[in-house]
Amino acid sequence: MEPIVKLNDIYKTYQMGDIDVPVLKGVSLTVAQGEMVALMGSSGSGKSTLMNILGCLDRPNSGSYWLDGEEVAQLSANQRALLRNRKLGFVFQNFNLLPRTSALDNVAMPLLYSAGHISDRNARQRATEMLGRVGLQERINYEPSRLSGGQQQRVAIARALVNRPSLLLADEPTGNLDSRTSQEVLGMIRQLNQKEGITIIMVTHDPAVARHAGRIIHIHDGVIVDGAFSGVAEPHEAPAKSGISPEKEKEAK
Amino acid sequence: MKGYRIIQTAIKALRRNPMRAMLTTLGIVIGVGAVIAMMEIGAGSSGAIRKAISSMGANVLNIRPGAASSGGVTFGAGSGISLTPDDCEAILRECPAVRNASPLVHTRAQVVYGNRNWVPTFIDGVSPAFLDVQNWTIEEGESITNRDVLNSNKVCILGKTLVRELFQGESPLGKEIRIKNVSFRVVGVLKTKGANMMGMDQDDIIIAPWTTIKYRVTGAALENTNQSSSSSSSSSTVNTLSNLYPGGQPSLYPERSEIQAADNPMPVRFASIDHILAAARSTADIPAAIRQITAVLRERHHIRPGQPDDFSIRDMTEMTNTLSSTTTMMTNLLLCVAMISLVVGGVGIMNIMLVSVTERTREIGLRMAVGARSRDILRQFLVEAVVLCLVGGALGILLGHGGSYLVRLFLHWPVETSVTAIIAAVAVSAGVGIVFGFYPAWKASLMDPIEALRYE
Ligand SMILES: Nc1ncnc2c1ncn2[C@@H]1O[C@H](COP(=O)(O)OP(=O)(O)OP(=O)(O)O)[C@@H](O)[C@H]1O
Ligand SMILES: [Mg+2]
Repeated sequence: MEPIVKLNDIYKTYQMGDIDVPVLKGVSLTVAQGEMVALMGSSGSGKSTLMNILGCLDRPNSGSYWLDGEEVAQLSANQRALLRNRKLGFVFQNFNLLPRTSALDNVAMPLLYSAGHISDRNARQRATEMLGRVGLQERINYEPSRLSGGQQQRVAIARALVNRPSLLLADEPTGNLDSRTSQEVLGMIRQLNQKEGITIIMVTHDPAVARHAGRIIHIHDGVIVDGAFSGVAEPHEAPAKSGISPEKEKEAK
Repeated sequence: MKGYRIIQTAIKALRRNPMRAMLTTLGIVIGVGAVIAMMEIGAGSSGAIRKAISSMGANVLNIRPGAASSGGVTFGAGSGISLTPDDCEAILRECPAVRNASPLVHTRAQVVYGNRNWVPTFIDGVSPAFLDVQNWTIEEGESITNRDVLNSNKVCILGKTLVRELFQGESPLGKEIRIKNVSFRVVGVLKTKGANMMGMDQDDIIIAPWTTIKYRVTGAALENTNQSSSSSSSSSTVNTLSNLYPGGQPSLYPERSEIQAADNPMPVRFASIDHILAAARSTADIPAAIRQITAVLRERHHIRPGQPDDFSIRDMTEMTNTLSSTTTMMTNLLLCVAMISLVVGGVGIMNIMLVSVTERTREIGLRMAVGARSRDILRQFLVEAVVLCLVGGALGILLGHGGSYLVRLFLHWPVETSVTAIIAAVAVSAGVGIVFGFYPAWKASLMDPIEALRYE
């Protein structure tokens, strides 16, 4: 089966004045549909840089990147924005929710930028549904300042899922949480992977967290040490298609 | 992103910090308020000036005879005796742009009632059309009639000042007053008009049929306004009702014989009048009226092409223009000041929007990460600035309107609501929003999502 993510010999070098700072030095990896992958490595090894490229926030200097069968490495900024909206979901270490904005509006926010027309009512309905899925149906109108860290991160997850992405990227999603809420959020992410079949790539420092993943990719100093390819058969009995099941899709329309 | 969604998003973003939004927009509120108040007060005062001018007869054309000259000595404008009552009739008949016209003769004389006397500024001999031309109405009693003019009846209408000076609260109707020993019956009292633009009291006036003034009053004694000294010499000639136009001057030359008259016929003008007052149908008709009157009078006076007119026509346009240009200039000056405060308000908006863009860097990064293109970000911040400005503009309109209302209430200045001002204010505040909101919005749209997300 065609992998959802396929990186081939990615190089990324930052310019700091006159000095070149090479961060990624020929990264190649694949992630199959429905996989849950953890990305580990020491600080400064280039994990976030790699995630930015995977998330189409940044362009590599060289190398190719197929996302869902589409070559995306050299797309323009606007094309990448559209792609992010359609196919990618982000979960950040520091939640990045809009302050003084209800959970519902936070979750519905990506729909504002969707190409197709989504009516107000439809958008609300979809956001409510997503909040329900992360167990926050009671907290729809709460502002972030009145939610606990774990709840905030769950709102952020709902937001990442609202556009039914093929790939969920999470850069240290539990980095700002205590161990108990970490478990809660991780449980949720794993459930999304197992029940909904959403492909997940997650950066973490914590080996305990990494154990939740089906595969661990180790990166060191811009080079992947091991786990780049899913050599083994798929770890979970994942459904064929990511995202929401067809019945739900119909409902949302 | 749909239009109303952008506005909705902008309003939500502004509502996250209502206090700041209010303070930011205060500059616009004050600026627009000042503009609206200025425009309304300015429009009010120029309206008041227009009214004052039209009380003097805004569309009135004053036709005067040209200068008489004899042996190289001219006697100044109006000294000629070229205008006749028939000219006035002809103008009425033949000039479609003229609404009404009246002959006018004036004199200056002492007026006596009982043991009180007064010399009014105006003793005007006119036809009944005069009141219409001057836009004047009778407050009490009635007007003079055409029959009065034909018969040179000794009736008159008094202005309020005269009523006050001569009658002291008594009703003057039906009373007899004397002008140069000719007694006039008062038939009406004019409505108050106040001072004209030259500061002359327009109510200090007696209106009588022009024939009466011409033949009974000025004919009696031309050279004196002092009644007592002339009374002895004129007493014999007045009040003789036998001849139609009494009080002719004593003839200086021997009577011409019939043969002399036949041999050497002289054009006889039975009456010359001092002015003709004509009212144009509207301000726009003034030039047409002037053209038509000139044509009629030139033809009647047998003036060949190329020869100068023997009369002159003046209108109030120049004065109206001078006065209204003065107020317009003042209003414009104040508007400039108000505009400057709008610009200052705009700079305030730009400043706060820049702060807001910096402060919301993470939000911008996040929006970009979930799919906002740079033009979405640009639009969002631009719309925020415009919404701020429009809200400020709306509040400013209320403020300015309220301000001018208070001015009217407490200072009794005339104000006029101006729709143009309101439309202009809305347009200007939207413009300020776009101009001063563009730079911050453009800065926001140029952000790199990764940098923005990492911003602390
Ligand atoms: N914009 C940039 N300009 C220059 N150098 C950069 C830039 N971004 C990252 N780097 C450098 O790239 C290297 C890798 O950074 P990156 O953020 O990918 O590390 P990381 O693996 O995510 O570390 P951590 O676990 O601490 O988050 C670092 O040495 C960093 O200094
Ligand atoms: Mg990192």
